[in-house]
Amino acid sequence: MPVVSMQVNGQTVRAAVEGRTLLVQFLRETLSLTGTHVGCDTTQCGCCTVHLDGAAVKSCTVLALSCEGAAVTTIEGLASERGLHPMQAAFREHHALQCGFCTPGMVMSALAIVSRCGPDLDQATIRRELEGNLCRCTGYHNIVKAVQAGAAAMKEADRP
Amino acid sequence: MYDFEYRRVGSIAEAQAALAGGSSSKLLAGGMSLLPVLKQRLARYDGIVDLGGIATLRGIHRDNADLVIGAMTTHATVAASALVAQSIPALAALAAGIGDPQVRNRGTLGGSVANADPAADYPAALLALDARIVTQRRVIAAEVFFRGLFETALEPGEIIQAVHFTLPQRAGYAKLRQSASRFALVGVFVTRTHAGVRVAVTGARDSVFRWREAEAALAADFRPAALARLALPSSGLNADIHASAEYRAHCVQIMAQRALAAALEPPS
Repeated sequence: MPVVSMQVNGQTVRAAVEGRTLLVQFLRETLSLTGTHVGCDTTQCGCCTVHLDGAAVKSCTVLALSCEGAAVTTIEGLASERGLHPMQAAFREHHALQCGFCTPGMVMSALAIVSRCGPDLDQATIRRELEGNLCRCTGYHNIVKAVQAGAAAMKEADRP
Repeated sequence: MYDFEYRRVGSIAEAQAALAGGSSSKLLAGGMSLLPVLKQRLARYDGIVDLGGIATLRGIHRDNADLVIGAMTTHATVAASALVAQSIPALAALAAGIGDPQVRNRGTLGGSVANADPAADYPAALLALDARIVTQRRVIAAEVFFRGLFETALEPGEIIQAVHFTLPQRAGYAKLRQSASRFALVGVFVTRTHAGVRVAVTGARDSVFRWREAEAALAADFRPAALARLALPSSGLNADIHASAEYRAHCVQIMAQRALAAALEPPS
């Protein structure tokens, strides 16, 4: 089997995979990073969103071997010894989840929105930019509030 | 997904060599259509040749009167490009409306064009802008490139390298999105160039096509009123659970008016 190596959450990882192995399978099954979820498996729901060389992608629709040499950040890569990332803390504070299944993808997309659009986000921008992520419980209101608050907290903390 | 032999290539020559040989191989661009097709086992290949490592296939530049976009340039890059916004703002707006942000970060111009999905956005832009598709073998006019349902003029082993767009005097695109897939239920791209007016329609038939009656009307009078009395016949148009042929015909007329309104907006 071919071997792939990449940086995941700052650590170099290397493993044998099949040609057809998806990035999300590699993360979940090979690396046991099960924070990245598989919702639809059809590039719709965004639960599997991770950052690939800084850009948000749906890891259910990327081959692991296409990520040779790349840097991947998953939900597990956000919190530090000081605690949750400000965006994660905002999701908790604003009750931006019910079942929580979509939350890792929402948080990863939220961070990508801040990096694309800056920390001063209005609600219309957040709703438009979150269109690649589906939530089937919250009705989105609290997610939008959390993204706005998380972005403001990141600006305050001067933290990417 | 059935397994395959994966090869990542660093040049067009390597890609050609990987495609040669007896087994069935397919080029992988951004994978936003190919990987879902493989997952559903709608297609099966012995080899997948990943173009993601060929840096020369990415990038946007001006070549005299042309805007040139590399085949592996993502929709997000086109949408965010100052050069595209300045040269053909309608093309930047089209790219910004494909799929969702994550899809735009992976999906590419060349992949979309080679796939020739009947509801894809880019084919309408290429046909309306009289674009030229450059492969390692030849230059193909958009007019003869799109041949039918997922069918193009590309020969086996032919690799799209870039698309050349001539700058229009005016251009606008409007689409009615299928709200789940975000593909065009119908999309219309209107241009006016020194050569005349073009109105290209996607999503409504098995392949992108020019609405000649609208072109003639707009050539005489490039204003929304010229479209008001036109109707596209519904016979032969796509019909599915999302929209009947009659509804699509109606929407083409509305989208053509909206695309024209966008084309008439003063440059910002």
